[in-house]
Amino acid sequence: MDFATFLQISDTALRFATPLLLACLAGLFSERAGIFDIGLEGKMLMAAMSAGAVAAVTGSVWLGLIAAILGSLLFAAVHGIASITFRGNQLIAGVALNFVASGITVLIAESMFGQGGRTPPLEGAARFANIDLPLAETLRAVPILGPFYAEVISGHTILVYVALALVPISWWVLYRTRFGLRLRAVGENPASVDTAGISVVRLRFSAVIIAGILCGLAGAYMSTGLQAGFGREMTAGRGYIALAALIFAKWRPWQALWATLLFGFLQALALRPDVVESMTRVAIPVPFLDALPYILTVIVLAGFVGKAIPPRAGGEPYVKER
Amino acid sequence: MAAADLGGRQATAAPASPYAIELKGISKAFGSVQANKDINIAIPRGTIHGIIGENGAGKSTLMSILYGFYRADSGQILVNGAPVTIPDSQSAIRAGIGMVFQHFKLVQNFTVLENVILGAEDGPMLNASLAKARKILGDLSREYELDVDPDALIEDLSVGHQQRVEILKALYRQAEILILDEPTGVLTPDEADHLFRILRGLRDQGKTIVLITHKLREIMETTDNVSVMRRGTMVATVKTAETSPESLAELMVGRKVLLEVVKNPAKAGGIALSVKDLAVKDEHGVMRLKGVSFDIRAGEILGIAGVAGNGQSELLEALGGIAAATGIVVLNGAELPLTGPRANGKARRDAGIAHVPEDRQSLGLIMDFAAWENVGFGYHDDPRYQKNAWLMDNDALRADTAAKMATYDVRPPIPTLAAKSFSGGNQQKIVVAREMDRNPDLLLIGQPTRGVDIGAIEFIHKQIIALRDAGKAVLLVSVELDEIMSLSDRVLVMFDGQIMGERLPAQTDERELGMMMAGMGAK
Amino acid sequence: MTKLPTWVDVGLVPLISLTLAALVSAGVLLAIGQSPMQALTVMVNGALGSSYAWGYTLYYATSFIFTGLAVTVAFHAGLFNIGGEGQAQLGGLGVALVCLALPWPHWTIALVAAMFGAALFGAAWAAIPAYLQAKRGSHIVITTIMFNYIAAALLIYLLVNVLRPDGQMDPASANFPAGAHVPQFQEIPILQGLFQRFGADGQPRLNAEGLPMYQQVPANVTFFIAIGACVLVWVMLWHTRLGYAIRAFGKSEKAAVYAGISPLRIIMIAMLISGALAGLMAINNVMGQSERLVQNSASGAGFIGIAVALMGRNHPLGIFLAAVLFGFLFQGGAALGLETDIPIELRTVVQGLVILFTGALDQMVRMLLGMFFAKKGAT
Repeated sequence: MDFATFLQISDTALRFATPLLLACLAGLFSERAGIFDIGLEGKMLMAAMSAGAVAAVTGSVWLGLIAAILGSLLFAAVHGIASITFRGNQLIAGVALNFVASGITVLIAESMFGQGGRTPPLEGAARFANIDLPLAETLRAVPILGPFYAEVISGHTILVYVALALVPISWWVLYRTRFGLRLRAVGENPASVDTAGISVVRLRFSAVIIAGILCGLAGAYMSTGLQAGFGREMTAGRGYIALAALIFAKWRPWQALWATLLFGFLQALALRPDVVESMTRVAIPVPFLDALPYILTVIVLAGFVGKAIPPRAGGEPYVKER
Repeated sequence: MAAADLGGRQATAAPASPYAIELKGISKAFGSVQANKDINIAIPRGTIHGIIGENGAGKSTLMSILYGFYRADSGQILVNGAPVTIPDSQSAIRAGIGMVFQHFKLVQNFTVLENVILGAEDGPMLNASLAKARKILGDLSREYELDVDPDALIEDLSVGHQQRVEILKALYRQAEILILDEPTGVLTPDEADHLFRILRGLRDQGKTIVLITHKLREIMETTDNVSVMRRGTMVATVKTAETSPESLAELMVGRKVLLEVVKNPAKAGGIALSVKDLAVKDEHGVMRLKGVSFDIRAGEILGIAGVAGNGQSELLEALGGIAAATGIVVLNGAELPLTGPRANGKARRDAGIAHVPEDRQSLGLIMDFAAWENVGFGYHDDPRYQKNAWLMDNDALRADTAAKMATYDVRPPIPTLAAKSFSGGNQQKIVVAREMDRNPDLLLIGQPTRGVDIGAIEFIHKQIIALRDAGKAVLLVSVELDEIMSLSDRVLVMFDGQIMGERLPAQTDERELGMMMAGMGAK
Repeated sequence: MTKLPTWVDVGLVPLISLTLAALVSAGVLLAIGQSPMQALTVMVNGALGSSYAWGYTLYYATSFIFTGLAVTVAFHAGLFNIGGEGQAQLGGLGVALVCLALPWPHWTIALVAAMFGAALFGAAWAAIPAYLQAKRGSHIVITTIMFNYIAAALLIYLLVNVLRPDGQMDPASANFPAGAHVPQFQEIPILQGLFQRFGADGQPRLNAEGLPMYQQVPANVTFFIAIGACVLVWVMLWHTRLGYAIRAFGKSEKAAVYAGISPLRIIMIAMLISGALAGLMAINNVMGQSERLVQNSASGAGFIGIAVALMGRNHPLGIFLAAVLFGFLFQGGAALGLETDIPIELRTVVQGLVILFTGALDQMVRMLLGMFFAKKGAT
């Protein structure tokens, strides 16, 4: 692989990593608060459709973004009501919402646009524009780093940079603020929070809502940044891959960044069987490359890259005990 | 809420009433169960007040009402003479009430400091709160002999220190009234003494302490006044100096109780179980049992004393086939495999070992299963319960359950009732019936009477002694020294995964055993 | 919380959950400008209105019985197997390999062999997630989802590069030999009469040889095998030592170890049975209907198994009823796609809502009913 190809694949990797990162951080907040969220996939899908549809109708990507967040929040609220208020099974609630999302996005898109469950192609102000970072062209002359800056770092949509900025912000919120302390406590031992006189329900709902907003960003990026419009099942399991990345990252923000970049890179490679073939000198079937991120996820989950200890109270509805 | 605000933080400012807490006519029902019935009590400020009663007498419910976990159906709470409503824990904290729960409410992977400020932070940013808390914590530690490292992680602290963190949490929130629920269950006698010193110190500073316990000795030694609860009612409140353990026990149970266990001298036979260098590592690779050796003879009860968490559970689990172990274990001349596929609970049962586990709710029973299914638990392969090579004979199992329920006085005697619907004592009787009815060569029995009412305790103790008198070996693990002393023929004391020494009950006392339990005075 | 009478817990709770799911679905239809009443009429006619419609409804129900049982067996062991879809696709591969291997002399022999192949391949696909769960603690929910994606990729590869006959365009295997054809309902003598075709004059239509003509329906003998599977699973779970061990393990892993039940053994066996049941679905759709292996052969039935198991309260009788209900939904949904402009994805929405209301919001329904019964008890 020559340097130009490497830059090209890295650039694609960063694009692919962005929705994974946003979803992964969403899962991070939710699971750190003790709510397992297998519904990342559904929330992203709902957000992607909402963004695509509203951007297509209004021509404004920003309205699309708001719609994406609202769509995702609606699902997050249902997840919260089922798993926090009514102490239902968090996994089943997530799975159910993924199915609902899978169907309802097509239903809505079809009834609005009649294009087989897709939203119309977006262009202009209905999509997020790529931003050239300052000095990108000036610094291009610097060997290695210059082109890397210009080709890989620069030239993405605002959501890519938002996602990257959210990594240190999430770290700061979790480890340096009162809210973060309480959030982590409620995922480890909700009774400690409850006996301190803080509402477990409110804290967990805040976490679920944050997850909803972040999934909204992830979905919006899918349909208005990465692609130009919504297509059925366009998230293609990214919500689950984000969960695997979260486990890989051991529920920590910076590690989440590295994990999602790795998965993004694999997805980018799957698009370039020619590069893989030239590197491995074997013809690798395209379906195998497509399956690679899923296979890697299984390997990560199998703990071949270190054992991960999830938040202790994760997945358990909190019931007051005497 | 307004009332609560009136009550809060006024404790030190010349209050009008001599009572820190008054409860008037408190009642609380859960469905058809009346947990608290017209409770009246007045606790004078600056005293240690004991509340004693059997399991299920309503002590915990009452305290949960005081701490805002439940709301009373009727009645009134007064703090320092002013009526308050306590709809949630926040209001309780504002009213100056602090609570130390039996199961600590600490975040294991947080530091002491983080645990202390949790919920009582000074602002949205942590650093300022942490700095302030560090200073206050230092002052509190010095003042009350409550020294703990503020930067230690909770999971690295001993239970005694964790409990101090809980007390510090309450004091940091300026609690004037401190409620402790069964605080000594996990402590060595030495640590318990330290705790009581701290509590007396707090009392002398004008704080009010409410001590909930079922241990008569602690009540007698520590409290100024004591209230006795029975079946949801407050049956008496007396000055501790004017009462005796016997009369308190009688008040608790409602009839005369034999606190002593009656048993004949042991007629020990040959060696039934021989254990050599038994060691167990936990999942993190930490040695929990560090090479213990002992024998048990047929017709003998060997008691294992020790503070919870010093390897007794691992000893039971290793012998019961739950945990993999190293060493040599010989039962009636046959060596038992300690690792590999033959080291499991079923193989041990086949070898003649019965096991009444320490935690009946998470190990000994499937709470959602019916009683009859639980009677087959661990014995579902038994030929008696099979119709043919393929099918189980559920009818036979149900019939056997009905018979066992009659013999062991399980109430209600309904085989189809789910295990979770029985009281603690009757759940334990189901486990004891299942395990003892096999007439095992060796009975492993852990915390046989934890959470069991006094009537059932007598019954279970008699069963254990009857098994011994039938020439069987019994390994008894209990954190209750009284129980160890009264049942055992010989006592081993465990500390930190090792055996500190062996004593005969007749030739030792709680003082000496207590020292050994704290790791001192090995033979 | 008030304890509910058994009939309420077993019967009324799922019924109310289902009603709620139906109401929300109706709301969705109204929101996209469709008439729920019209949709219901089309669905009832399309799925229940004739023996022909029933032939489709029961065909789908057959698949759902298998996948529902698959989810249930795993569920009783405390495992949430979302991999039914992938396992069913692999089961299809097993069926195809068996059917294409020999010129089968009679369908009975072919069926037995194909069942073996389906169960084997389905079980094998469940084995890896099961092993990873038992040995490495990998969350089986996520690994089974991943295995669905991997199964899809694997089948695409096999259908395009390996199983596709030369000269064929679409990614599918060759057609199975005639000896592997299992009788469909219209070919079964006792049922035949139901599917007889009549002319406009009310007289039976006859073919060239003067024999009566029958409507073709996909429902086939697998339906009866599915009923047998329900009985066997029920016996296994509640009347055998294995079933006892599975249920005990599912309630409490710690306690099961105390009782001498090996977690590795139970996780493996429960998942192998689960995978085998999901795989067995393929004799219905691959052998009984399409008679060749096509892409995405399970067409979502693996996922519907989750809804069926939850709706059927993880009991084989409940699963049978729920499977028929979902068969109605699936066939009715197809009728909607044909006769109205409501997209067929409505099925997925309803399926998700049923899972939501029966599996995650069941406590809400219980709490509401609890309040109702507490009041009733008080008066």
